[in-house]
Amino acid sequence: MTRDEITAGLAEILEEVAGVNPDDVAEAKSFTDDLDVDSLSMVEVVVAAEEKFGVKIPDDEVQNLKTVGDAVSYIEKAGS
Amino acid sequence: MPPTGSRIVSLGHYQPSRVLTNDDLAQMVDTNDEWIRDRVGIVTRRIADNETVADMASAAAEKALAGSGLTAADIDLVAVATCSSVDRCPNVATRVAARLGIDAPGAYDVNTACSGFSYALATADHAIRAGAARNVIVVGAEKLSDFTDWTDRATCIIFGDGAGAAVVTGSDQPEIGPVVWGSAPEKGDAVRIEGWRPYIQQEGQAVFRWATTALAPMALQACERAGVAPEDIAAFVGHQANGRIIDGIARRLGMPQAIIAKDIVESGNTSAASVPLALSKLVERREVPSGAPVLLFGFGGGLTYAGQVVRCP
Repeated sequence: MTRDEITAGLAEILEEVAGVNPDDVAEAKSFTDDLDVDSLSMVEVVVAAEEKFGVKIPDDEVQNLKTVGDAVSYIEKAGS
Repeated sequence: MPPTGSRIVSLGHYQPSRVLTNDDLAQMVDTNDEWIRDRVGIVTRRIADNETVADMASAAAEKALAGSGLTAADIDLVAVATCSSVDRCPNVATRVAARLGIDAPGAYDVNTACSGFSYALATADHAIRAGAARNVIVVGAEKLSDFTDWTDRATCIIFGDGAGAAVVTGSDQPEIGPVVWGSAPEKGDAVRIEGWRPYIQQEGQAVFRWATTALAPMALQACERAGVAPEDIAAFVGHQANGRIIDGIARRLGMPQAIIAKDIVESGNTSAASVPLALSKLVERREVPSGAPVLLFGFGGGLTYAGQVVRCP
């Protein structure tokens, strides 16, 4: 799966869980500051991402995922 | 022969009179009404001043007993769920018994934090069916304000004080269904009231994740063990932890017909008191018909959980 495909998948999740406009989702965007995803919605995004991409994202890792790019990199690595 | 089942005869609750609003909290820490409503779904909570856990537990128990048609002389077991009694001894249960004039009951406290009421209710059901007790008072009571760091905006907005109680007696039918209980000890550090003169601390994201993913299957198992289809549940009374956790669990339960108890809005998170408090209010407002199946499910510190389907008194 390419980084663009993962980003697109995350955009779908963000729209469903937190009502984020998919057009706003890009690797450089911060979940909190740019996309207005709060800490609890972030957990919902992570749980949905685990299901969608078949990866494990432990509790301790969630706080390190500041930007969409961070999440894409983690999922890319965890899925390989 | 002991009875083959048990049932809740009556309920009662007590909350301190002082109301703490989100605007009050905004004067104390850097927060605001909109943020609190959005993140935890709380508008007000009640805070005890001079009342102790035993005072609130007794007041709730007194109301439940008054509505039961039984007297203090009929009660032979008192079980109190609490994690916030400052006194180690005597326990809260014996203090409740003394206050209500119950002569010589079995009396114990249960500490499984926020899941405590369902644990205590299960032990009452077991005691009755084993012939160890005939009529039981089960209480959930907390004074979390004693353990709240009023300078920590992440936690002080969440908690409140109060108590709820039930009188339980023998029944031909198992109106208190089989308990499903368990814990996730490896995640125990996610909610803590530890050490000497402690404050409540929690890892909000870890608790949220566990609660919204791991618990709905356990609650559905409680329905299955009671022989009640999820679509027949009249109300879901979960631990009033956080409005978004309640919504998250409710979504996974698939009970669109059920009333979802949201006492958290006016009472905050009262740990072991939250389930009986919310249930008692639902019954008092006659929102659930007598005999209708209600799913109780407590969860929290430990991390522990317990739940059962009960017939509404």
